[in-house]
Amino acid sequence: MKPGTQLLTCMTLVTVVSGACYFATDFIGYRVVALLLLLTVSVLAMLFDMLPVMVAAVTSALLWNYFFIPPFFTFRISAAEDILLFTMYFIIALLNTVLTWQLRKAEKKAREKEEKEQAIRMYNSLLNSLSHELRTPIATIIGATDTLTDNAITLSPESRAELLQQIGSAGARLNGQVENLLNMSRIENGMLRVKRDWCDVHELINNVLQKTGQAEHHELLAEIPEGLPLFRIDAGLTEHILYNILINAVQYTPAGAHIRIRAVPDPAHFVVVISDNGPGFPEEFIDNAFDKFYRMPGTKTSGTGLGLSIARGFAEAHGGSIKLANNASGGATFTISLPAETSFLNNLKNE
Amino acid sequence: MNKPGILIIDDEAQIRKLLEIALESNGYTVQQAENGKAGIRLAANHPPELILLDIGLPDESGHKILEQLRTWYNNPVIMLSVRNSEEDIVRALDHGATDYLTKPFRIGELLARIRSCLRRSNTENGSSTTTCGNLQIDFGARTVKRNDELVKLTSTEYKLLALFARNEGRVLTHQYILREIWGTGFQTETQYLRVYVAQLRKKIEDNPNSPQHLITESGVGYRFA
Repeated sequence: MKPGTQLLTCMTLVTVVSGACYFATDFIGYRVVALLLLLTVSVLAMLFDMLPVMVAAVTSALLWNYFFIPPFFTFRISAAEDILLFTMYFIIALLNTVLTWQLRKAEKKAREKEEKEQAIRMYNSLLNSLSHELRTPIATIIGATDTLTDNAITLSPESRAELLQQIGSAGARLNGQVENLLNMSRIENGMLRVKRDWCDVHELINNVLQKTGQAEHHELLAEIPEGLPLFRIDAGLTEHILYNILINAVQYTPAGAHIRIRAVPDPAHFVVVISDNGPGFPEEFIDNAFDKFYRMPGTKTSGTGLGLSIARGFAEAHGGSIKLANNASGGATFTISLPAETSFLNNLKNE
Repeated sequence: MNKPGILIIDDEAQIRKLLEIALESNGYTVQQAENGKAGIRLAANHPPELILLDIGLPDESGHKILEQLRTWYNNPVIMLSVRNSEEDIVRALDHGATDYLTKPFRIGELLARIRSCLRRSNTENGSSTTTCGNLQIDFGARTVKRNDELVKLTSTEYKLLALFARNEGRVLTHQYILREIWGTGFQTETQYLRVYVAQLRKKIEDNPNSPQHLITESGVGYRFA
């Protein structure tokens, strides 16, 4: 709130309370009025900056003096007891304001410190996972080229081929990681622009399945009902969301697990459900699953912990959401839901 | 016959070296330029059969260089760009680039694009039939055969397929296709395109879920192969 508005609110509240008390003063007596005004100032001190509250405190003291302490309608005070009371009121009201302000300032500082520490922790875990995730493929590339140049003659053709293949896959892995980081930073700094365009669900899901194709130990099953409309969504981002969740399922379920990807008809949303029959997520980790760099304790497969958080970031940029739950029969289910216009043009009889 | 000459305009020495080795070992002669100005000079002195042009150049953006080149240079230009820049790609294609590749790309992919670009520029004076895998298209009779069986197409489907086939191997942007088939008023109506591409795939692809002929270039357009 702006200082001006704050001051106005403070003064209004003090005046209203004083006015109300003025009519009740016959029943409650002017000493109770002082307590009520003190209460008002305390409440204001919790909500607003120091200066407007100080002004309100002084005003309330003067109002109390003018309207409530006999003789009325003057700033004169006749009884010695009332002078003491008024002085006490004045001091308590001001002290109250200052102390509350100090307290709030200290709290704010503690909160900021906490946030800073959180950021540093995050930065550290980023560096840790980064140096591992980037250096492993770099080490592979350097090591393999060294071996190839040093032992050009003695290497068997199979080993040479193997080393060359390792270099290739290390490069692909590096590329994937760089892409992940770029996507993450696009989400973080709000640079992500959603480019909506009409999109055929069959094509989209089949594209994703083809990209995931290398999952040789898992069975991927797609269920896409006929007669779905076209959806106006960002196909690139959506493919990325589905791909990240599928890859996550492939990486963290045992060989032989089934992964189902299902498009669910909905009049105003693009809804896809991806479920597996793997071990599922321990209940206590479900809330953290989408956190950046979060890796479930005890997971051994390498990864940066970015895949799911990128998926969620993309879904949110789209105005949508991803929900994670365990199945009653075991395994996890991700429900992706993106608000989208639909068009049934594709179901019209053509020409 | 002479070896086709290719001019590489890219500021990264590593990329140039890589391309030089890959291209020369595949029977092309290679010229290199590390910035746009040198590239234009080389292209003017010894006009190459094809130019590989990087979008991110140190002196002037590849878009500007492309525009300058296109005022007099008619051979194919393949743009090279880094990822996540679909607008860049669409812009380059709209300004006369023949094709594009995003870094990092596979050499096999690059060679295929180069071959397809060069083939097209040699056979520009359209023959009346074309064969693409198991598809045969007769532009004169307006018929399409798949595995030697006649495919029934509606007139819009045929027009779309013919447009793709005449630009075999080349990526066509959504806007370009919509303009050519439906007219300028429909340039943003991509839903028509989605519908007809899905229908066409059902008729010409062996498996419409994993198309081999009509390939989607995400965020850019389609490519016929």
